[in-house]
Amino acid sequence: MSTFVKFTIDGVVCMSEEGRQLVEAAAENGVFIPTLCNYPGIPPKGSCRICTVLLGGRPVTACTTRVAEGMDVQNNIPELEEFRKSVVEILFAEGNHLCPSCEKSGFCELQALAYKYKMTVPEFPYMFPKRDVEAWHPKILKDHNRCILCKRCIRGIRNSEGKPIFDFGKRGDKLVINIDPDTSKNISDELAQKSMDICPVGAILKKEKGFDVPIGKRRYDLAPIGTEVEK
Amino acid sequence: MGNTVNNVIKRYNGDETRLMDILMDIQSELGYLSEWTIDQISKALDIPKVSIEQTVSFYHFFAKEPRGKYTVYLNTSVLAVFCGRDEVAKTFEELAGCKFGSVSKDGLIGLFDTACIGMSDQEPAAIINEEIFTCLTSAKAKELVAGMKAGKTVEELKGKKYGDGQNSNPLVRSMVNSNIMKRGEVVFADYVPGSGIKKAVSMSSNEIIQLVKSSYVRGRGGAGFPTGMKWEVAKKAPGDVKYIFCNADEGEPGTFKDRVILTEFPRLVFEGMAVAGYAVGAKHGILYLRNEYRYLRKYLEDILEQMRNENLLGTFISGKHGFDFNIKIQFGAGAYVCGEESALIESAEGKRGEPRDRPPFPVEKGYLQKPTVVNNVETLCSVVRILINGSEWYNKLGTKESKGTKVISVSGDCRKPGIYEIEWGFTVNDILKMVEASETQAVQVGGPSGSCIGPDEFSRELSYEDLATGGSLIIIGEKRDLLKDVVLNFTEFFRDESCGSCVPCRALSGMSKLIMERIIEGKATEKDVAAFTKWQLIMKKNRCGLGQTALNPIVTTIKNFPELYKNRIKAKDDRFCPAFDLEKAVADFDAATSEAR
Amino acid sequence: MPKKIVATASLAGCFGCHMSFLDIDERLFDLIEIVEFNKSPIDDIKKFTKQCDIGLIEGGCCNDENVHNLVEFRKHCNILVSLGECAIMGGLPSMRNWIPLKECLDEAYLNGPTVADCNEKKIIPCDPDIPKILDKVYPCHEVVKIDYFLPGCPPRADLIWNALYALATGSKLDMPYEVFKFD
Repeated sequence: MSTFVKFTIDGVVCMSEEGRQLVEAAAENGVFIPTLCNYPGIPPKGSCRICTVLLGGRPVTACTTRVAEGMDVQNNIPELEEFRKSVVEILFAEGNHLCPSCEKSGFCELQALAYKYKMTVPEFPYMFPKRDVEAWHPKILKDHNRCILCKRCIRGIRNSEGKPIFDFGKRGDKLVINIDPDTSKNISDELAQKSMDICPVGAILKKEKGFDVPIGKRRYDLAPIGTEVEK
Repeated sequence: MGNTVNNVIKRYNGDETRLMDILMDIQSELGYLSEWTIDQISKALDIPKVSIEQTVSFYHFFAKEPRGKYTVYLNTSVLAVFCGRDEVAKTFEELAGCKFGSVSKDGLIGLFDTACIGMSDQEPAAIINEEIFTCLTSAKAKELVAGMKAGKTVEELKGKKYGDGQNSNPLVRSMVNSNIMKRGEVVFADYVPGSGIKKAVSMSSNEIIQLVKSSYVRGRGGAGFPTGMKWEVAKKAPGDVKYIFCNADEGEPGTFKDRVILTEFPRLVFEGMAVAGYAVGAKHGILYLRNEYRYLRKYLEDILEQMRNENLLGTFISGKHGFDFNIKIQFGAGAYVCGEESALIESAEGKRGEPRDRPPFPVEKGYLQKPTVVNNVETLCSVVRILINGSEWYNKLGTKESKGTKVISVSGDCRKPGIYEIEWGFTVNDILKMVEASETQAVQVGGPSGSCIGPDEFSRELSYEDLATGGSLIIIGEKRDLLKDVVLNFTEFFRDESCGSCVPCRALSGMSKLIMERIIEGKATEKDVAAFTKWQLIMKKNRCGLGQTALNPIVTTIKNFPELYKNRIKAKDDRFCPAFDLEKAVADFDAATSEAR
Repeated sequence: MPKKIVATASLAGCFGCHMSFLDIDERLFDLIEIVEFNKSPIDDIKKFTKQCDIGLIEGGCCNDENVHNLVEFRKHCNILVSLGECAIMGGLPSMRNWIPLKECLDEAYLNGPTVADCNEKKIIPCDPDIPKILDKVYPCHEVVKIDYFLPGCPPRADLIWNALYALATGSKLDMPYEVFKFD
């Protein structure tokens, strides 16, 4: 039996099932909390930090926070909105994000958040790191230039035997996501597509699939990300 | 080779959570972990290669390529640099015939940088094939390379002059010195082995927890969480299987107290773990020891064996029914972030040392998802002493909110570096006098993640209520270039040691290095310096302590030494970016076309 | 109100931003009522003849000539605007930024499939009259101070119009979601 609890976001009373993920609970109540590393149905791993909210004045990631009775959440406040914009800017400066040539442009969550926060240019120095484009896999192309290391593919993709096919390599600013040559060997077209879909940016592409939606009709062309949630 | 892999995996019952041990054992037999070896391990453990790769490539001491018959890991810390590390490195490179980060052509000598190895009072220091070499000089490096070329064993290279205290124990035989300069009443006092456990069995577990709580002892690793409260939560946590970890992964540059405690008073530490186990209801203890201290392995394992023989570990400890507790040593493999308790647990489970999200806290779900207490080496020693002498005695030491003593590692520009056990409440000035430091420009309190203070703050006292420290003071003399020699070095350290999970920590630590270099070269603007204030706010939202404090070296020096930054800002006309250097930007082109012109 | 003086340049760009500028179509007539052009490919004035109010820069800096040009613009324009992705972050030309320049030059002039057989003397062009290639493509704001940034590849004509109108008249810039794009 699930218990319903009352909590507040920016002073507005919300209701949800106890123990529900704060991001989802907020959405149910018409409040958008931006996310990047979070993906419905896979275990959260507060790593992008963009969903940071204040809980009793302390920063916590909303994707890893469970709703409890009486929680007092601050979400849409200048301090956090500025922080979130910074996270987006940092990601753009950290990797090599060339939107004009990216197949995911218009569907990319990172780009959509940059639009939402009206990022014209990052306040952070462009690093132009040397990163590889891995094209050896018959069905998947991994463009590390675009990877934001959110771990969604690592956490969410399993082959038909239940084995992971992506995992981290190295650490720090050399962190990379590798593809396992064995467990990724005979993956289905559906799994390749799922891998592409689970990627918030254009770092995982299904081969032989290019631009297929005209500019103006793409997911984030007309309305900002989060519009579907907000009341 | 296939046999090696299979034998080692059999040794650990094919348990993938023992991956760290498996990899380390295989590497010590085969020299390195080749693609082929990783493939074999993957097949034997039935986990994907990428998952093995994530662990192998995370840790500094796992090698995917041969690292030479003799592998020299030379410390790069501030303290090593203070003591002439660059000269030593140059000599190694010239004579070995290869650069740092590579192996000589004949495969004889590999030279590698490594972060602080816990020898800050005897730098420059290096690890060569698991043995420690301290106080290196150019002449000494010359001798070492000659010895390597002559085929000497590491034992022979080391020589027979051993360090003080237990460093000359036949099972250690190391040139390392403990350098205990001041003994206090808690950690370095006389002690009858076994007396802590004897006292413990005369009490109930609740009585012990109450005693520890009433002593107000707090975690000595830096965070300062009340130990008694931690134990109480773990005791109450549901489940029959619980774990006690001793965190001996001290990787904070300038900190070496745990090394000295484990060398001189290991029984006190192990007794503390057993007492914690008794109080919490845990039967398993794990000492997570940083790989840099592997030279203590035989010695510590022998002591554990002695304690088992003396019925201070094992079953029915001290004849007490139900008091079963054993300790094993888990080695790290070179990653500062593993000093964070949840990263340490991940590492002990065979994974990359990525801190976990909280809640749940380790005391609820820790090692293998079981309730786990992680205590610092020094904390465990304090607990044993509190048990023997009582909490009233303990409460008389220290200040109002900081009870007891603190073991401090002192290094840098002073005449008497080493280990000092002081009561909380000593001022920085008191310590400077004690260690005979003069002409002090700055003191780094609590390592790079702490703060860098100037003379006007030397009257502040060390305590949780004023200047909290996990246990180190680095003394920086007037002649040092604070920004270049210290702040930049620390900034690089944090960049190299970030696990990479949180966006701000992963990216900003590298970007900070870029901006710091600009500042040092006189090519930054006021805006560049001012940006760090905002960056610090961003970093505060990282998951773990490493990420939250990685900018402290920069931010605390901007606050306490603003003129050092101001003096380096040369640009007058803000319309042009001083960091852009046209001559430098065309240098590659000039070089590529030099023949034609 | 005196007309604002505008200068424009295309550095390491494809002229697409200038094309998009022309896409403001009939509003060009409105524009010339409020601005006057100085150095710009639009009127083919090659050298600054006076101090300007607004400079629009398309493209980043890939060679030393770009840098000189940009510095001239900074000196002669009170407000400088990065127009489009290349000016803002290097754009597609910056895809060489993580490859050493020597490798790029060798591929372009010595080893590439279209040159390997016809550059017998193995010459990399380096006449004093042609610009020197920089080690990487620099976003404009890494060379000089840039006051405003208009994203897009190219920036939508509406965005350019809105921005110029706002700058010329001192009114608030209207940046609707639909015209704020990176591609």
